[in-house]
Amino acid sequence: MPLQLLKEKNRAAVQKVTLGATKEEGGTRTHTITIGGDAALPFHHFEGEIPHRPVVAMEVQDIEPDWPDALKKCFVDVMKEPGRWAEKCVKEYGADLIYLKLDGADPEGANRSVEDCVAAVKEVLQAVGVPLIVVGCGDAEKDKEVLEAVAEAAAGENLLLGNAEQDNYKSLTAACLVHKHNIIARSPLDINICKQLNILITEMNMPPNRIVIDPSIGSLGYGIEYAYSIMERTRLGALQGDKMLSMPVLCTVGYEAWRTKEAVAPVSDFPGWGDTEERGILWEAVTATALLQAGAHLLLMRHPKAVALVKENIEKLMVSNAY
Amino acid sequence: MLIIGERINGMFNDIKRAIQERDPAPVQEWARRQEQAGARALDINVGPAVEDKVGAMKWLVEVVQEVSDLTLCLDTTNIKAIEEGLKLCKKPAIINSTSADREKIEKLFPLAVEYGASLIGLTMNKNGIPKDADTRLALAMELVAAADEFGLPMEDLYIDPLILPANVAQDHAPEVLKTLYQVKLLANPAPKTVLGISNVSQNCQDRSLLNRTFLAMAMACGLDAAIVDACDEELMATAAAAEVLRNRTVYCDSFVKVFKSQ
Repeated sequence: MPLQLLKEKNRAAVQKVTLGATKEEGGTRTHTITIGGDAALPFHHFEGEIPHRPVVAMEVQDIEPDWPDALKKCFVDVMKEPGRWAEKCVKEYGADLIYLKLDGADPEGANRSVEDCVAAVKEVLQAVGVPLIVVGCGDAEKDKEVLEAVAEAAAGENLLLGNAEQDNYKSLTAACLVHKHNIIARSPLDINICKQLNILITEMNMPPNRIVIDPSIGSLGYGIEYAYSIMERTRLGALQGDKMLSMPVLCTVGYEAWRTKEAVAPVSDFPGWGDTEERGILWEAVTATALLQAGAHLLLMRHPKAVALVKENIEKLMVSNAY
Repeated sequence: MLIIGERINGMFNDIKRAIQERDPAPVQEWARRQEQAGARALDINVGPAVEDKVGAMKWLVEVVQEVSDLTLCLDTTNIKAIEEGLKLCKKPAIINSTSADREKIEKLFPLAVEYGASLIGLTMNKNGIPKDADTRLALAMELVAAADEFGLPMEDLYIDPLILPANVAQDHAPEVLKTLYQVKLLANPAPKTVLGISNVSQNCQDRSLLNRTFLAMAMACGLDAAIVDACDEELMATAAAAEVLRNRTVYCDSFVKVFKSQ
């Protein structure tokens, strides 16, 4: 009797979410990007179709951020201009998308006006043709104003806007519904809240294929295993037919990796740890590649060399291992 | 957990009359109501009184499919009626059912394979329903072997260990629960399990209480599907809770609502 190899049969697949809109679709992007659609565990090509490769968005901010030198030196000539910064990320560093973080809006920080924030979004839309992710500063009150204005000003562009959270999802969901954008549903490393938030957002009539999950992550050495197991459970739920866990997943890799001591501590403090810059790049790249294995669809990253390493890894993982 | 709505059955007078008069309204109303309540498949049973079982089955399948996309569970002992029903089903159906008798097995397993349908196999034969778990399991094993023999994927086989009313055969319930648990050890991948839950409370008082309690107990033993009164809200809420507590679905605050809508 021939050996019969048993394969997992999955009942369902991850939702597909398409970001951006071309001229024909009412936007100004040169192309759209679709994530998700996986009918198997990450890169188990032999068990189901994985129609879209994971993508990398590079982070741009509306004001010059207080980043470590290893990062700053890659963007030193453009960091004051979000448009040129985004352009550099796409043209020189191969970013699939741009992730614009409007930290300048923070009332505790630069407290830039709503108009300035909208202008930054428009500047980036002008400068690059890739789809755009826009996230507020984290101050609920200010974000409400800023993101509503951004949603309206960029109507038709099919942005990915964030963040919606369990206590604060209604105004952003409404704005995304009215102006036809996608939404980031962010939960605090908690799969129950992750699922509940997706339910709450879909109850406002947002289709599940316009939601992207941000499960919150920890970087390598800072709780990445919690994120890993939550993402793994999310994927298993999606494959078993749990629609409220079936959205693609994004990970804030750059933010988490570059705030670790290991990524930034100078060699003088830890002579045994090796070159600071190389260490930071690897910290970000390894965090990203681990999360790819857990089921990440969209990685939000910072260092061009880390991006290059991760994209190379994605290419290899997307070579079919079907048998 | 697959909830199969039991209500479209000629045992109920409104359905019996609808079949006799070929009046689609009551049938379609129950299809809609059960779907809304959270059923994800609909049992279709022409009932004992109808003479033309083939014609009645074809008519029921057609009128139900006019208003519902749910999987249909064709429930009759008349093999011809099942085959004609299968021909009309727009998506893979569930055949309800075969016994563990060889002549039935030889007809119904190939039929399921031919139409890509799932098949409910009852742990009974000409000798009737066994009293104990061991005999039920022996019959289940024959059904599992038949799946292998005729090429029915094991996950398309539903073993029904058959529950009897609590006021007639109280000693059966523990044996059924034991069977449910052990059926999963018969093969890998394991066959699925199903029960007609309402039978546990035939002619008893507090039927809903008996039904939902037994459902929870059976789910704890791994039950995969149940033919139930899907419009019994408390029963559906119990199923939702059991699905969370046996860790088959991720908890969220709206777990009851989600169970009914997915």
